[in-house]
Amino acid sequence: MATTTIPAGTKWWSGGKSPFNVSYGKVMMWYFLMSDSFTFGSLLIAYGATRFSENFWPDPNHVFNTFPFAGEANLPLAFVSLMTFILIFSSVTMVLAVHEGHKMNRKGVEKYMLLTILGGLAFLSCQAWEWTHLLTGHHIALLKDGTLGTMHTSIMQNPFGPALSHEEIVNALQVTPHDQLVTIAGTLEHTGGVAADLAKLSDQDLINQISSAGIHANQPGVVSFGGFFFGITGFHGFHVFSGVVINLVMYIKTRLGHFDERGHYEMIEKAGLYWHFVDLVWVFVFLFFYLV
Amino acid sequence: MSQHTISPEITYHSAPSENTKRIWKTFWILSVITLVELGIGLAIYNIHKEAQPNQALVHFFKGMVTILTLAKAYYIISVFMHLGDEIRNFILSIAVPMSLFVWFIISMIWEGDSWRNLKNTDAGSRPAKTEMVKPAAVQPGAPQ
Repeated sequence: MATTTIPAGTKWWSGGKSPFNVSYGKVMMWYFLMSDSFTFGSLLIAYGATRFSENFWPDPNHVFNTFPFAGEANLPLAFVSLMTFILIFSSVTMVLAVHEGHKMNRKGVEKYMLLTILGGLAFLSCQAWEWTHLLTGHHIALLKDGTLGTMHTSIMQNPFGPALSHEEIVNALQVTPHDQLVTIAGTLEHTGGVAADLAKLSDQDLINQISSAGIHANQPGVVSFGGFFFGITGFHGFHVFSGVVINLVMYIKTRLGHFDERGHYEMIEKAGLYWHFVDLVWVFVFLFFYLV
Repeated sequence: MSQHTISPEITYHSAPSENTKRIWKTFWILSVITLVELGIGLAIYNIHKEAQPNQALVHFFKGMVTILTLAKAYYIISVFMHLGDEIRNFILSIAVPMSLFVWFIISMIWEGDSWRNLKNTDAGSRPAKTEMVKPAAVQPGAPQ
């Protein structure tokens, strides 16, 4: 694309031709993406302003440190880097599809569109796993009534506030009711207890077991963390989903030979612009939610 | 002439490039930048594990990943989205509105910081309590 030869001194604004030298459809796609970037920008900036207004913000390396099939292994940044590379790679296959489209090579466009769709689906699967993991995972945290309990991450709560000291944990355990003690003991690896067996133990035995295991517990984290995380990654995931649908439509239209009839593959370019935008937004989501 | 059927708005057509060298080069640039970012991310993680984390170093690293991310954004927009191949008029019609983000970001971050100061000092009625908060604990069962 880099070899446009435009005569020097071309008067773009003198009328008779478009001053942008870009087709109407592509200009409108660009302007849509520009407005969309302000939507994403506003969400991310609201997140940034809120984060700056808090004394303590959950550390992403503690929130996102798991990997599928790796159990409870502490692997910060691992899963999100997989997601990032999936999206970068699907961006490359998309731009290769556009390239094949320039050459009017239908088979090439079909191949790379299919790879791009697969990349998008892989990314969505990763996101589904991550959301499920956060919404169902349980960490030990100080509850509102001053007892210890387990907590998942949602838009209402998260267990990633400042860490409790050992004394604070011991004190909270003294006032924690039996069923919560059983639940906490059940999360410990080394007790290996079945819930029914644990329930038979006395409160003091459970407390001894829990405190000797050297557990870590946090205060509840800032409530808005979940809203921003699920809201922004959800909005981005919805863009990925619609991008996959658009790419699927483009793939079918390519197969049906619509673009060959039309004589150009510009629709692939427009779908490509949208897809690259999804990758572009992820670059910033990755930075602000996972890296810093 | 088949190219002219694309759109009457295009006065000067560009010849499609022959090879994909530039695309793959950009892919490698993006991958390497991402790997560097991950390295910095792990460095930040390890600094936070220390008893007295060096806050200045953390801020420096966070600034670095932000700059690297802007570089990635530039490559995606310029090469993958082909904006760099369009004429100047069009590039500016995208880039100039985007510059609104500069003040947007500065003002809202400033606002957030001021909000924190107000909360910590009851709107200035008492001195700021600079309480050192410990980082969140690592999950149970995780290697230290």
